[in-house]
Amino acid sequence: MATPYAVTTRTPASSVAMIFGLILVAVLFAAPAFAGRGTIQDLFFILTMLVLAQFWNLLAGYGGLVSVGQQAFVGLGAYALYGAVILGGIDPVVSILIAGLAALVLAVPTAFFAFRLQGAYFAIGTWVIAEVARLSVAQWRAVGGGTGTSLPRDALREMMLVDWIGEAFDVRASAARDILAYWLALTLAVATIAGIYWLLRTKRGLALAAVRDNTEAARSVGVDAGRMKWVVFLTSAFGTGLAGGMIYLQKARISPDAAFSVTDWTAYVIFIVVIGGIGTIEGPIIGVLVLFLLQSFLADFGTWYLMILGLIGIGVMLFAPRGLWGLISERTGLQLFPVRRRLTGGPLMDKEV
Amino acid sequence: MTVLSLKNVSKSFGSLKVTDDVSFDVPRGEALGIIGPNGAGKSTLFNLVTGNLTPDAGRIEFDGRDVTRMPAMRRCLDGVGRSFQIPQPFEKLTVFENLLVAATHGRAASEAEVLEPCTEVLERTGLLPKSNTAAGALSLLERKRLELARAMATGPKLLLLDEIAGGLTDAECQSLIQTIRDLHSGGVTIIWIEHVLHALTSVVERLLVLDFGRVIGIGEPGSIMESREVKEIYLGIDV
Repeated sequence: MATPYAVTTRTPASSVAMIFGLILVAVLFAAPAFAGRGTIQDLFFILTMLVLAQFWNLLAGYGGLVSVGQQAFVGLGAYALYGAVILGGIDPVVSILIAGLAALVLAVPTAFFAFRLQGAYFAIGTWVIAEVARLSVAQWRAVGGGTGTSLPRDALREMMLVDWIGEAFDVRASAARDILAYWLALTLAVATIAGIYWLLRTKRGLALAAVRDNTEAARSVGVDAGRMKWVVFLTSAFGTGLAGGMIYLQKARISPDAAFSVTDWTAYVIFIVVIGGIGTIEGPIIGVLVLFLLQSFLADFGTWYLMILGLIGIGVMLFAPRGLWGLISERTGLQLFPVRRRLTGGPLMDKEV
Repeated sequence: MTVLSLKNVSKSFGSLKVTDDVSFDVPRGEALGIIGPNGAGKSTLFNLVTGNLTPDAGRIEFDGRDVTRMPAMRRCLDGVGRSFQIPQPFEKLTVFENLLVAATHGRAASEAEVLEPCTEVLERTGLLPKSNTAAGALSLLERKRLELARAMATGPKLLLLDEIAGGLTDAECQSLIQTIRDLHSGGVTIIWIEHVLHALTSVVERLLVLDFGRVIGIGEPGSIMESREVKEIYLGIDV
């Protein structure tokens, strides 16, 4: 006998969003054909920050792991890329993968220590580990020690696909490198959002939500809470390392203070997620656009800019604790990436109130 | 055949011994009631059986295997299901999703495979109309039913119920008793902590009395309720 029930996650809005999303991605991929170099660089910034924000959101919003040490993975990933290029002579594009793997390797001992800490202690612990990573890398003479270094010109010139892009768009090599970095960032951003959305729709996503709501009860219904934390932490480290490698491939110059900056790679990222709406995929997308607009308008105000960011952050936490997307979805019921499994069909479902 | 066996199990919190040299066996298919005054260590005993706590001494066997140090999540997979005294729903998930987590992880099955058992549990516990409601928005009584439903969804061989009938009206209690009876006659072994004695004695075959962490009596409900120790403990309490 077939069950009269069915489960659905789709909503009318999500189907429309899916189509618009695909069109948007297609337009973005084609952007180098009609957008100037400045626009491409802005989009690169938005996309890489979006990736960092999505992974921090996965950690904190879904896994309950509030890390203040994501700069460890950005920095180590970036330095691994420089090491691979400078010392190993490996193509910079291939080295991005090495950046992700290096971050993953650092994440294992980090998790081993940090998972013994809870809440605020976990946050501080991850920060301390990031500082240790920064100080250690500053001792690495081959990549410039404390003052940093640049990517060698030869490696940049011989980078794969750059010649082809230069000819196709009729631009100079430096602009072609920006286009390549932009495409890589776009691919990573799309893969990140698709991957996180996929994860949340599997039974592991359910387990993640259960652990977030009540860890003890989750364990009692057979959820391996410890393993979920490991999966989330390692995945985030890998993705953050990839993004770090890309960011410094595009910059072509690195120093320990910049690559391990807690302001650039964690504080801004937390701002993005909190402003946009923690625990949603939509939130970081809105948040990164807000940060970009604020940066563009307030760039001339120096330190006032950071103070205004802080005030906005506090304001949102007080008056819209679920972020801008939280406000929007509360008012309209809109969900672009729905994960809620709704039970439909069956005899008693009509009585629902 | 014995499904659960405790041998000289002890647990202390600091200098307070909350479980003191407890030993008893539960045969497969039995319904065992646990009574005792507040603070007697009933919920702690549950937490030791489910693996939410680890004993300081002694040995716990489930299905003939030593599970003394096995984590809660493994024991659930092996067939130990529980409800919490204070309901602990996954508040941001819906009622249906609460069961879905329990069923997919407690049975190590896919979402498609557990759709039928989940809807069956929803029907049996009367929660079907609330399927798509967030668990955080449920009333206390609905939360209690969700506790039972979620434990059922894991497909347990041994079900531990912690004061599931407290705070219910007579009619609600009757329907709950019927659900538990059905489970019991379906072959599930049940251990049930309850202050609502008439509900308990209408289902269980044996009663275990706990006081200051020690077992002071175990046996057929009629004779246990007549024993001097129980009368002393429950003196002044309307039985």
